[in-house]
Amino acid sequence: MQERSHPMNLDFRDLQARLDAVGYVAEESLAMALTLAVGLQRPLLLEGEAGVGKTEVARALSEVLDTRLIRLQCYEGLDATSALYEWNYRRQLLAIRAHEAEGLSGDALERHVFTEDYLLRRPLLEAISQETPPVLLIDEIDRADEEFEAYLLEVLADYRISIPELGTIEARSIPRVILTSNGTRALSDALRRRCLYAWIEFPDEAKELAILRARLPEVEAGLLRQAVAFVQSLRREDLEKKPGVAETLDWVRALTGLRLPALHDDPAAVQASLVCLLKTQADLAAVTPEVTARLVGRVA
Amino acid sequence: MATAPARGPLARLAGFLSLLRLNGFAVGIAEGQAAAAFLAAGPALDRRAVRLGLKSLLCGTQEQWERFDELFEAWWAERGMKQATPAGSARLGGRPSLPKVWDAVLPSDAGGKASGPMGLLEGDEETAGEGEGRLVASRREARSRTDLRRFTSPEERAEAERIAERLAQAIRHRLSRRRRPSRRGREPDLRRSLRRSLAQGGEPLELLLRERPSRPARLVLLLDVSGSMQPYARPFLAFLRGLLGQDLRAEAFLFHTRLVRITEAVREPDALRAMSRLTLLAEGFGGGTRIAACLKDFNDRHARSALSSRCVVVLLSDGYDTDEPEALAAELARLKRRARRLVWLNPLLGWRDYAPVARGMAAALPHVDHFATAHSLASLAALEPELARL
Repeated sequence: MQERSHPMNLDFRDLQARLDAVGYVAEESLAMALTLAVGLQRPLLLEGEAGVGKTEVARALSEVLDTRLIRLQCYEGLDATSALYEWNYRRQLLAIRAHEAEGLSGDALERHVFTEDYLLRRPLLEAISQETPPVLLIDEIDRADEEFEAYLLEVLADYRISIPELGTIEARSIPRVILTSNGTRALSDALRRRCLYAWIEFPDEAKELAILRARLPEVEAGLLRQAVAFVQSLRREDLEKKPGVAETLDWVRALTGLRLPALHDDPAAVQASLVCLLKTQADLAAVTPEVTARLVGRVA
Repeated sequence: MATAPARGPLARLAGFLSLLRLNGFAVGIAEGQAAAAFLAAGPALDRRAVRLGLKSLLCGTQEQWERFDELFEAWWAERGMKQATPAGSARLGGRPSLPKVWDAVLPSDAGGKASGPMGLLEGDEETAGEGEGRLVASRREARSRTDLRRFTSPEERAEAERIAERLAQAIRHRLSRRRRPSRRGREPDLRRSLRRSLAQGGEPLELLLRERPSRPARLVLLLDVSGSMQPYARPFLAFLRGLLGQDLRAEAFLFHTRLVRITEAVREPDALRAMSRLTLLAEGFGGGTRIAACLKDFNDRHARSALSSRCVVVLLSDGYDTDEPEALAAELARLKRRARRLVWLNPLLGWRDYAPVARGMAAALPHVDHFATAHSLASLAALEPELARL
């Protein structure tokens, strides 16, 4: 790993503007965290409620930096073979059978089948063997087991992976690592200390409007403003699962599909379209037509 | 640097770091170095950029993230705020704050002698005086023996929840006799490994594993919140919350003159809101108890879906019933037919000289698998081996 002595570029407003240009409206604190993560070559841990756009950060960053995005989706039971590497047994076996017929010695055969040709690269190995540093997104790290977290910590510490049959593979470049977590499990302090940290809130009204404008430029501004105000006040209701930005986007698309110029035009249609925002039975039941009418009345 | 005062910016930074440490941030030498490097790297940084940068470098959790700005402003504006944290961080070396909590519950002179109302405390814990840790420990002990009716503080409810979680685990964990394939199992699954090897020319390359799946027992909780049980309602509700925990198949009901299903209210993720919702539900009725009628309601409406042969039913009640004892016996018998075990927890049983002579209780006993006291945290904790055996 090379020394981190090169001068840091700390102009986070520049990064914020560039993120903006690729359609991601970032808060200053997030832009600063990303700037530091890139500058210091440290992983960045993003937390926040589901739907605030944690995963999108990685996509936007990879676009800004013009590099590959490599994604590792974590799940319960994720192990090293699906995250790092695996030997391609079937191919090895075929090769052995084929070469046995040629009468190759055992030693030569072994040297032949344990080469990189027979290695299946999984996201972590893939990420450290790129020439240009990619963005590595480790999504929902809290869903992986603690053992895997410890393993990941090791990889993130020295960016090298040792494969018993092949030796140690050093990183060609250090990926920009972004971890996201939804808090289903408490992460270890060691992992938290290894990473920079940023908490992402639900966007406020102005920011959400900016996001919608960036993503849905074809939709009329009046409807966007109403929709954002509606969702903002919906989030203040007592809901099990608050709608995220992705839900707002879906909903606005649905509204344009329904050809509604404004929310108060057709209460029944608005009520029906709420399935885009509310994803549990209890929430759907809680937001009755009266509640909807009240919220619509507030934004109109 | 815009924000650093003339004398030694590094010294100022060190002071800020120790302020953070005081407030429970995990800030070590490595973080300090990173922060110093950050400040040195950008002489052009304005105050806002410095705050944002340090925030990302030094925070590790949401809570820290939310408090950072305030601490930053306090320190760099030289208002000299020493510690913005209340007693909330008792976990992080807030040892001295513990006894204070108990002072409300216990007499202030010494820990162990706090007498439970029914004379439950023999003076068997030695108390006081040999250093703080000891004192705290013995007070904690005393608390776990205090009658639950005195329990009001959030810490005590949290304790009840913790005990309940342990109990729930004791009940829940059941291993099946069968085996099923599993990626993380403990035993080799020879049959499937061989079968798989056929695809690879008979070379057993992959070892497949199997395990004994755990077959969790289901829990159904019935809580009496009638007038006579009122003082126990709050700690028992916390207890219920712990028992239900994350287990999606457990069910909980309240009753006095009517039966109310409270499973959803108990599962409310926000502890405070759950408690207030439950308290509202529990206090809505008042008056006498009609255990038999409520059990009948349960048997008629809920038993079919809530009960199974793997189900443990826990009934928390003092057994004072205004219905006929025969009716109670009949309903319990019906209940018992559908469930695996019936546990009756009675807070009165912890009182000295109590015998279950209430007619209802006497009629119920033959149908109950385990009849135990539940008047203090210690007695609840003592249930664990019993329930594990069921």
